[in-house]
Amino acid sequence: MAGSNKINITPPRWLLAELTYACPLQCPYCANPIDYAKHQSELDTDDWKRVLTQARKMGAVQLGFSGGEPLTRKDLPELVKHARDLGYYSNLITSGYGLTEEKIVQLKDVGLDHIQVSIQASSQELNDHLAGTESFQHKKDVAHLIKKHGYPMVLCVVIHRENIHQMPQILEMAEELGADYLELANTQYYGWAHANRDLLLPTKEQFEQAEQIAQAFKEKVAGKMKIYYVVPDFYEDRPKACMNGWGTTFLTIAPDGVALPCHSARELPGLDCPNVKDYSIEQIWNESKAFNFFRGFEWMKEPCSSCDEKEKDFGGCRCQAYLLSGDMYAADPVCSKSPNHHVIQEAIDSAKASALADNEKPLIFRNSKNSRLLS
Amino acid sequence: MSINPEQTIKFSPMHRLQWEEAQQKNVILYPEGMVELNQSSAEILKLCDGTRTLGQIVRDLEQKFATAGLVDDITAFLEVALKNGWIQQN
Repeated sequence: MAGSNKINITPPRWLLAELTYACPLQCPYCANPIDYAKHQSELDTDDWKRVLTQARKMGAVQLGFSGGEPLTRKDLPELVKHARDLGYYSNLITSGYGLTEEKIVQLKDVGLDHIQVSIQASSQELNDHLAGTESFQHKKDVAHLIKKHGYPMVLCVVIHRENIHQMPQILEMAEELGADYLELANTQYYGWAHANRDLLLPTKEQFEQAEQIAQAFKEKVAGKMKIYYVVPDFYEDRPKACMNGWGTTFLTIAPDGVALPCHSARELPGLDCPNVKDYSIEQIWNESKAFNFFRGFEWMKEPCSSCDEKEKDFGGCRCQAYLLSGDMYAADPVCSKSPNHHVIQEAIDSAKASALADNEKPLIFRNSKNSRLLS
Repeated sequence: MSINPEQTIKFSPMHRLQWEEAQQKNVILYPEGMVELNQSSAEILKLCDGTRTLGQIVRDLEQKFATAGLVDDITAFLEVALKNGWIQQN
């Protein structure tokens, strides 16, 4: 694209519908924005149906119902049915909290395709501590019910310093629960995870050991269970190809109707992210300032603009560049070519020092009280 | 993994095969993923409905496209499909 002002806009394929910020859990690495408590309003059923219809027409086909906890929305079955009628492949991304057998059957009947359930750890004590809610046994019961009713099941475990030592037990648990897919999501440090980074970021040795265990297990369960391993980019030389490129594939709609090129983009200044109450998905995707902001390569600075890998990783993640360097146009500091790369080592050192300190500060749990205090 | 010629083949209930108007393509959908199919792959998978064996699928397609000698290509593709979990036998 370099040298050309005309950018070929590809249609959205993945739609993440964040139905609500309400959640009974309080995970300290939640991907919702820190200031979520400020955004109380929620789209109504008709708004969501219109959004689903418009995005589907453009070509979106993978759909995630997320949140917060999407089960807190009473109209979830109606939205799932609408999605199925439109031909989406839909996924319920849930904590499992509040999911009953009756609901599992009802959602299947209206056309839900699969369920992704999160478990925080492999032991009750740690799971319930991290979730801020007694939920471990219920989550396991829910996982068995999801399989009993024939859904493909993704088990999602977010990995960080508090649970990384449980990797062997986490893998055993996934097998026992009959997961078809296990997502081992090394924490990405945005939102609440960014605020808690000193307490969550493991050491390189911990990462490598856990990865080795997961790799060996992957071979053992090949053909039965697939493992999605979300890489811990702080220990990589090159940044992730975030969102497969800005405004190329992914569309997130926040609970209040704000359309985002990625679920963290709310944190970036000056994007003026549009709301689906004011514009159609087609206008938002093709014409809005926010979705065109980092399309193509014209926006890049050095070392990205002359980099021969820019078409591979698009300069990495804009939100991470902003969070770690204060400049959303800069190269993702994860990249070893970035002039800000030292901030990654500083973060690693700071987390290590925190782990060794006698009086380690407590985790900040994700709840409305803390959201108001921090924003 | 190889195809048992005695057994019928069915499309996996853990995946969905569908026509995508926007892409003008058939695709396989599954958790967190999508595979775009070319026309011949889609024609083969559509016949994996649990009533036909490998031999019957070959015969039906050779008849439909008035051609012969498809057995090797179809077998090779179905082996890939089996390995990826898109189809099942039993």
